[in-house]
Amino acid sequence: MIAPPTSSTPPIPPVAHPTPSPQRAVPPVAAVGTPAVSIRDLTVAYRDKPVLWDVELEIPAGSLTAIIGPNGAGKSTLIKAALGLVPVAAGTIEFFGKAYDRQRRIVGYVPQRSSVDWEFPTDALDVVTMGTYGKLGWLKRPGRAERDLAARCLEQVGMAAFARRQISQLSGGQQQRVFLARALAQDAELYFMDEPFAGVDATTERAIVELLRELRARGKTVVCVHHDLESAPDYFDRLVLLNVRVIADGSFPETFTPENLARTYGGRMHLLAQRFDGAGAPS
Amino acid sequence: MIELLRDLVTDYTLRNVALGSALLGVVSGVLGSFAVLRRQGLLGDTLSHAALPGVCLAFLLTGSKAPLVLLVGAALTGWIGTLILLLIVRETRLGEDAALGIVLSTFFGFGIVLLTLISKRNDADQAGLDRYLFGQAAALVERDVLTFAALGGAALALVALLFKEFKLLTFDPDFAGSLGFNVDRLSAGLTTLIVVAVVIGLQTVGVVLMAALLIGPAVAARQWTNRLGVMIAIAALVGAASGVIGATLSFTQEGLPTGPTIVLTLTVFVALSLAFAPARGLAWEWARRRRQRGTLAAPALAVEPKGGRP
Repeated sequence: MIAPPTSSTPPIPPVAHPTPSPQRAVPPVAAVGTPAVSIRDLTVAYRDKPVLWDVELEIPAGSLTAIIGPNGAGKSTLIKAALGLVPVAAGTIEFFGKAYDRQRRIVGYVPQRSSVDWEFPTDALDVVTMGTYGKLGWLKRPGRAERDLAARCLEQVGMAAFARRQISQLSGGQQQRVFLARALAQDAELYFMDEPFAGVDATTERAIVELLRELRARGKTVVCVHHDLESAPDYFDRLVLLNVRVIADGSFPETFTPENLARTYGGRMHLLAQRFDGAGAPS
Repeated sequence: MIELLRDLVTDYTLRNVALGSALLGVVSGVLGSFAVLRRQGLLGDTLSHAALPGVCLAFLLTGSKAPLVLLVGAALTGWIGTLILLLIVRETRLGEDAALGIVLSTFFGFGIVLLTLISKRNDADQAGLDRYLFGQAAALVERDVLTFAALGGAALALVALLFKEFKLLTFDPDFAGSLGFNVDRLSAGLTTLIVVAVVIGLQTVGVVLMAALLIGPAVAARQWTNRLGVMIAIAALVGAASGVIGATLSFTQEGLPTGPTIVLTLTVFVALSLAFAPARGLAWEWARRRRQRGTLAAPALAVEPKGGRP
């Protein structure tokens, strides 16, 4: 069920986390007011076809932002460009006011689950330990401290019992939680997640929502490629509508409007209209 | 049999053959594990075929048949082949399989032309280059074994040093890149080490069958374990065993070519692993399926009479 996308969109549910971890209330990274992510004039092209065109974005620290758009809109590319994984034709990207090269250690990444081969010979704990490799740097091996941290991160996503399970024997949702735990092991201030809700079971979906709220309570920033318009206003504070260009960027009441969605989804808007008008009606 | 074992230790030639083949098996088993997990098994095939013109050109240019000279030539054209492959994939719309096919057949064809040319020159010195096609372990001398040991030892040391990085690169290159590891350089490094394995294998197994030695031990080892480190160790063991057994067989039996014998020995290991390894073996899979059919069939039978016809 979804409310009509007018300015009366219900406010974001309050953060309800029982134990807001006190150890890190405010990120020690940024001066007050510096956005967590600041992207200017970003253009990315594949061969001669633009995938992202003149993207301008500012994402405030401590927010949960959803990036939504149709297939081929450049959502994943935006994240990959921000992380320096695809070549950029033009533009600048800054995290907390500095270039990525100097901020890697405070940026976490959850790639699409389908981007790796889960037949790889390893177990859940080992995958999560990979989250510590960035801080370890070249040549140093993960030791007891790294594995303990990884075990705690697995516990945080409800996967402690599966630490020694071969990763191909985990369900899709469990694999997704392993990837989230790996990002937690990065101990970052800013997280990029690529479709973490794609194809997961209800338990995992709840676990991810819990985790997002906990991260926000701890002052972290999360930018998440998302595919589900209905759940987006419940799960996130802010919305970026993307289709090669940024169509809208801001809080849900400002951005989540039929006009913006029509501009984002173009010709397929009639499908969306049906969903908005016929809430509850049989299709 | 006992005699053969004694010869392995005491016979100078046989010892070189066995040591050289064992070294080759270990190095190609270790590097092949990464190649197979990265789904680049065929890269090794292209690399080794692309090495043939290098061997011939090195001989034509220097007139020397010293292994080190020929292997440098092999490594160079192997590398050029890889670069062309990457260029084709990046700059054209051809898929990687097509690019592999093009590079492999072009370089190998060129190599065969050069080989024919060399054999037509009535040069007493020319004999023996064709052993790079199918390998000839019997021709291994102590100098070769020492060369292998130095090259292979260096390659293995690098793998040990960069194990964490290579594992991350193989499992999730995007994540590796996001952490700040230079994925292109790591990838090029791993490919270079595979070139080293191929170069070591050229004299023993030959360019045609070298890929089997990269792929086979890894495939067999994957069946027995779910841990990367253990997989690599088993692959090294399988590679070494295949090398020693195959080379010794071909050395002691007249007229058995070395490369094919090693590869056939390896095939036995692979077949046994595919069939009987615990958990992943096909035999157990079949047994499980049969059992399941049994348990499914039983309740169905029990229910049927109750349904009762009117």
